[in-house]
Amino acid sequence: MHSLLDTLMVLLVFTNLRILGLSRINASIRTVAAQGVLLGLVALVANADHLTGRILLIAVAGIALKGIVFPVLLFRALRAVKIRREVEPFVGYIPSVLAGVAAFLVSLWVAARLPLPGRPPSDLIVPAALSTLFVGLLVIVSRKKALSQTLGYLVFENGVYAFGVGVAYEAPALVEMGILLDVFVAVFVMGIIVFHIAREFDSIDTTRLATLKE
Amino acid sequence: MLTTLILLPAAAAVLCFFIRQAPLRRALLVSAAACHAGLTLSFWFRPPDDAWRGALRLDAIGQPFLSILSGLFLVAAVYAVGYLRRESPGPREDFLEGFRFTNAPEAVFTGCLLFFLSTMTLVMLSENMGLLWIAVEATTLSSAPLIYFHRHHRSLEATWKYLLICSVGIGLALLGNFFLAVAASSSHGASTPLSIHLLCERAPELNAPWLKAAFIFLLVGYGTKMGLAPLHTWLPDAHSEAPSVVSALLSGALLNCAFVGILRIFQICAAAGLAPYAQGFFILFGLASIALAAAFLLAQRDYKRLLAYSSVEHMGILALGLGIGGTAAFGAMLHAVNHSFTKAMLFLLAGNILAAYRTKSVHEVRGVLRRIPVTGALWLAGLFAITGSPPFGTFVSELLILRGALEHGRFLLAALYLALLSVIFVGMAATMARMAHGEAPPAPAGAPDALEAKLSIGPPLALGLAVLLLGVYLPPSVDAVLRRAAEALGAG
Repeated sequence: MHSLLDTLMVLLVFTNLRILGLSRINASIRTVAAQGVLLGLVALVANADHLTGRILLIAVAGIALKGIVFPVLLFRALRAVKIRREVEPFVGYIPSVLAGVAAFLVSLWVAARLPLPGRPPSDLIVPAALSTLFVGLLVIVSRKKALSQTLGYLVFENGVYAFGVGVAYEAPALVEMGILLDVFVAVFVMGIIVFHIAREFDSIDTTRLATLKE
Repeated sequence: MLTTLILLPAAAAVLCFFIRQAPLRRALLVSAAACHAGLTLSFWFRPPDDAWRGALRLDAIGQPFLSILSGLFLVAAVYAVGYLRRESPGPREDFLEGFRFTNAPEAVFTGCLLFFLSTMTLVMLSENMGLLWIAVEATTLSSAPLIYFHRHHRSLEATWKYLLICSVGIGLALLGNFFLAVAASSSHGASTPLSIHLLCERAPELNAPWLKAAFIFLLVGYGTKMGLAPLHTWLPDAHSEAPSVVSALLSGALLNCAFVGILRIFQICAAAGLAPYAQGFFILFGLASIALAAAFLLAQRDYKRLLAYSSVEHMGILALGLGIGGTAAFGAMLHAVNHSFTKAMLFLLAGNILAAYRTKSVHEVRGVLRRIPVTGALWLAGLFAITGSPPFGTFVSELLILRGALEHGRFLLAALYLALLSVIFVGMAATMARMAHGEAPPAPAGAPDALEAKLSIGPPLALGLAVLLLGVYLPPSVDAVLRRAAEALGAG
């Protein structure tokens, strides 16, 4: 079971690197969706020996939302804004992937410094979660398209979520559902704004959003 | 009772989307705000019971901040009625770049305003760190459409920055919550729900390294939303592009919500004996915010951005007061009240000036005292209030923080604080006084004829009187509530 969880964590890191190397936005959306499904499986596997209705609910809701609802919303936004790929990100694709690898190494180092109390289900949870978080931040700051930045936010959120489900965080199901609902509304609102940016500027290039500064 | 307080504005918000007649919708906004304020006032005399199995509770810290929120929202709702009357529907011309744009539908604006109230109330009442997080994120989402009321590219840019920066910041706070759960789960093997009073009771047993990590992430996460430098970057844009009544609520109420989030984690850290650790960070972020605001205030050309940077400054003062502790922690609580009222008043006045002059540039606004005398007089009074001059409440609270620093023997800190405050006084006074005096330029085309309606000067006047009252005479009941809040923090 532990090896299965380790495998899932390694897959999570691979999806991160793939997102960093992709220029076509629809392929990125699919990868982020795969990541969401992966996280639902993590929730199930990490808690396999004390599977409760609460964990099932969270895992199923997570997979449905991150694996199906978000991709549908994002594909709809993508069709509305009529773009195919990210052009000329601030950081190129190959340097991005290298940065992703570096982020994973740093996460391993940080995780070694912060040992989880008790017996964690897998030693890779903390480094994989932290590196997902870094990759999300990297995508947000290095990509120009508003839609890519939304994807970056989702990857970042996945990193936080991976930590939450991985270390068997006990919260009332209501709170977990509230967190998922918030993320859902965030993606929904971001999708609307992306649509407005596209209509206003005929592009969703956020470098055009540069009027407001000192 | 607590459930009603949250659901009442939410229900009114839903109703707003179905009401066709604008006057009816505006009446609903004001009456919902009035009911909210009435209920909150009644809690001063009869403390409400817990609700939602203890997840909602009005405690010593929640009470002052809920009262600020409720009072401020009522005043802002009254102002909003006048504002919405001025903003007639249909395309209008942008005064800065001359293109045409429309406003978002008024129903969306009013509805989101009420949702915003509901979510902020939830922040003040949350007794669980998880619920608190949900509420803070919900405030971001319900306020984003408010910033994008004027549908043009500048407000779009501000909204996008606000949404992305605050969502990422709050994501970090969620990770902080998970760290807190790890810190709490170590001792027994079994984990606890993140109830604040349970965590405080069991604080000495918490795993210290994880608690420290949790504090850092929650401070950075909620600090982003509170506008502490260097995480404040969304704040000037959002405040300058949002309608003035929204800016007033962002500065006066929303920043306090994030501050409450930080107070909660500080409360837990203090109970665990980590107060000195946390206070070091508060002093650092506090001083950085005041210094950065001072730098940007000196040469500010846009008066709404001027007020926004002043909010960064005052959030820094709150963090500093908390970092010093003792008398200064009480000073910080009082300062939160004073700042909320003063800043909201100034933003509402900025809305009046914007309506009369149709420009946000400080160089093009002259002679406010002649063109719109009441607004001009209040603007000058607000200048003295916001810079902490007597006889306003801000003077008392800033002095208390200074006294706290001196009592703890931190003379260098006190000197830095005073020096930065004087720089800020000079910067703000030069700009704001120049706007008030002089000859008014000819009225721009399209400015409304009746410049000073009762609805646009009554609300800021009420807020100004409140700040003046707090400076001259602090009612014993208010004093007691603020003292209890400072004690509940455990900042020695």
